Parts: sequence; structure tokens; C-alpha cells
Amino acid sequence: MMSDAGDSGQQENRRDFLKIALGGGLVAWLAAVLYPIFAYLNPPKQAEVEVTSVKAGKVSAFEKESGTIVRFGNKPVVLIRNAAGDFRAFLATCTHLDCTVQYRKDMGLIWCACHNGRYDLNGRNVAGPPPRPLDEYRVVIQGEEIFISKKA
Amino acid sequence: MKTLWTKLYDWIDERVELGGLIEFMGKKYVPVNRHSVWYYFGGVSLFLFIIQVVTGILLLLYYKSGEQLAFESIQFIMSKVQFGWLIRSIHSWTANLFILTAMIHMFSVYFEKSYRKPREVTWVTGMLMLFLALGFGFSGYLLPWNELAFFATKVGTDIAGAVPIVGKPIMVFLRGGEDVTGATLSRFFGFHIAVLPGLFTVLLGIHLLMVQRQGMSEPMERGDQPAAERQRMPFFPNFLLRDLLLWLIVLNLLAILAVFFPWELGKKADAFASAPAGIKPEWYFLFMFQTLKYIPGKILFVDGEVLGILLFGLAGLLWMLVPFWDWKSSRGERNRFVNYVGIFVIFYIIILTVIGWIV
Repeated sequence: MMSDAGDSGQQENRRDFLKIALGGGLVAWLAAVLYPIFAYLNPPKQAEVEVTSVKAGKVSAFEKESGTIVRFGNKPVVLIRNAAGDFRAFLATCTHLDCTVQYRKDMGLIWCACHNGRYDLNGRNVAGPPPRPLDEYRVVIQGEEIFISKKA
Repeated sequence: MKTLWTKLYDWIDERVELGGLIEFMGKKYVPVNRHSVWYYFGGVSLFLFIIQVVTGILLLLYYKSGEQLAFESIQFIMSKVQFGWLIRSIHSWTANLFILTAMIHMFSVYFEKSYRKPREVTWVTGMLMLFLALGFGFSGYLLPWNELAFFATKVGTDIAGAVPIVGKPIMVFLRGGEDVTGATLSRFFGFHIAVLPGLFTVLLGIHLLMVQRQGMSEPMERGDQPAAERQRMPFFPNFLLRDLLLWLIVLNLLAILAVFFPWELGKKADAFASAPAGIKPEWYFLFMFQTLKYIPGKILFVDGEVLGILLFGLAGLLWMLVPFWDWKSSRGERNRFVNYVGIFVIFYIIILTVIGWIV
């Protein structure tokens, strides 16, 4: 009797051991199959030239009360010239859902066509869904040339 | 002397035992009642799906994916390839009609409570196919690489990115990077022509198999009527011929739409242009788009769009699970609450779509 009970106990131990070994093996095998697939799905970081400053053009090329999209690396920047003739530059990507904003002379605002988001000419979100102000860039004028650079 | 046809039939029958199948089809009946008209919308959706497969394969013969090629290849299809304009227009129109008929099909099933036990699997596979159809629409919309599609994709994937925790990796996965670029186009092309059709076909197989096994659902109020008193018509050939006639009408309608209202191509996408005024998503996303306009940027500490997405996600999930929370209908009792929910949803969708359209 005693030895019987001992036998079945030992058998159960062996069964548990096999369960763990095979189950663990299956999990490890699945991980070995799935890991490369998920890693493959994640796009590699592309080496990009870090742009710190771009030349936007000559002051005379921009009318008062106008807005122009300027390439800043691979990002669009909107360069605004207000009624007083001062320049301001903002990242043109709407803080709501990533659309590209535009200057609206009739509204005197920066406007996003996608969801009617509005920013004043200081980039502050004043109406509609945008949750944050536009990121501001620095505008430096050297002689006639306008330079846009990232704020430190 | 056996004719060639009977010889051929016998040859196949001896090998695959067609007899049982033919007997099954001969016994297939479709209920006849005042709601019978709704039975046709599933069939029409199936027909439109078949058209999409055929025209999609035809477009593949000339379409080229890639930032520098996609827009130009569609221009080529529409201006140089014989009947290319027709094939592309039919593909675009059918996509829209398909979503429309699938939605009508879905709402008719909902109000008839045909999802009730034992047809839960049919309902859930149908809902999953509708979600896939929206995925087809969204991914296919980008393939011409035009201005509207570019911003629609930016917004759509950014919305996915707003979901807490899992959102950002999903957005990067969908875009193939941080921004919408040629990498996004490649991925969407793959989703549109391989991933989604594969999944859709499996679900469609299950869906149709269930319909064949269980037959059409009967309206609830006829549950207690004796089977002999119920009106019905044989599927072969009575219902099938009606189906085919309707398919023919739908094909004619498509031809008229494609010829007289050819699908526009628009301007090529430009990452350094502002979103054009009056930009709108396709009509079937319009009610969600319009809702996003009304939700303020911040509600307490939660971003407005996050709230919007979570609410729509939850609503869609509850809708898909209706057979599992509507116990009453499964027991054969009336459930008015389900009707009120359905009527509210229809009115919500229609009203916001109309507002989105005219504003």
C-alpha cells in the first residue's frame, strides 16, 4: 500500500515535470518565432541629418499679413509676417491631429482645415479642438535674409 | 448513350459525392414575409465584394506603390489604359456602395434581432467584416497618394496614436515610422491587397457557412406559428434568380455612377502644403469626424480626442456584442431597449453625417 501511494506520487511528480518542461518549451518556441516577427514590424530609425537652421528667403519676398510653409528638414514650418511687418515661425503641424495648418488673412489667425482648430498669431490655441499651442521656432533676420532655427 | 454532361457529372460525383450537396441545396428554403426585402442586402454586399476583388486585381496590373509612382500610375490608368477610368471608378464607387449595403444589412439584422441565439457567430463575423471593410476603405483611400488621402491618413493614424499606452506603437506600426511617408503607403498597400483580403475571406467563409447551415432567420413574431403555415420559397431557383436580377440592377447602377460621376484623383500629396479648406473624410467616417470637432481639446485632464476614440471604441464593441447582452431576444421576448438604442444610433449617424456634409 505504502509503496503504491509512493509510486503514484512519484508518477504525478514526473507528469508535472513533463508538463512544465513541455509547456515551457512551447512558450520559448513561440517567443523565438514571434520575437523576430514583431521586431521586423517595428520600422528602423532612419539616420536623418539634424537640421538646426534654415534660410527662408529675403524679407522683401514676404508680404505683410501673409503665411508661408517653409521646409525645415522633413517638417513643415509656417512663417508668418504680421501687419506690423514682424516675423514669427511655428511648426505647422496642428497639435490636435497632425494636419498642416495655414495662415488665414481673413481671420487674422492660423487655421487648421481638418477640424477647424484656431491659433492666434502667437501660436496660442484659441478655439476648436487643439490641446496645446503650436511649437514656436526662432526667426533671426541678418541683413535681408531670414533664418529660422529651433528654440533651444 | 450518356451525354457528355452526364458523363462529366458522374465522373465528379463518383469522386466528390455531389449527391448530398445537391439534395441539401434542393431543400433550402427562404422564408417569405413582410421583412423579406432585407434578405437581399447580404447578397448584394457579397456581389459588391466580388466586384471589388475583380476590379482590384485589374488595378493591380498597372498600379505602382511608392511616393514617386503611386499618383502617376493612377493618372496613367485613368488617362492611358483602355477603360482604366472605368475600372478605377467602379472600384471606388463599389467601395462606397459596399459599405452602404453592408450597413443596411447590419441594421436590418439588428432590428430583426436575427443575431439572437443560435446566430451569434454569424453576427459577430459580420461585424468583424464591417470593421475590415472600414479598414479596406481607409487603406485603399491612401493608395492614390493624393492630398486628401495624405491628410486623412495623418489624422486617422494620429487618432490611433492617441489611445493610451498601446496607441503610439500602433501608430508607428501603421505609418512605418513617425510620420506619414512612402513607408506608410507601402504598408497600406500590403494591408489593402493581402492582409485584409485574407482575413476577410476567412470570415466570409464562416459567415456564409453559418447562413447555409442555419438558414435565414425568421422574424420574432412568427416564432410560435406552426412551421407548416409559414410561407417560404425554394432557394433554387426562385430566390437565386431574384438575387441575380438585383445583382444585374446593381451592376447597371454602378456603370451609370462610374460613367456619369467618375471618381476624382485630386492633387498629388505634398508634405509641405497646408491641409486644403473643406477637407473631409469619406462619408462613412464623417459622423465620427464631426463628433471630434465638437469635443473640446481637454475634458478634465483627458485629451478630447482620446475620450472620443474610447467612446466610439466602446460603442462599437457593445454593438458587436449585442447577442450576448440582449438575453430577452434569445428567449423570444420583445426587447424594446435594443430598438431604442438602434434608433438612437441611426439618428446619431444620419444627423452628424448631414451636418458634416453641409458645414
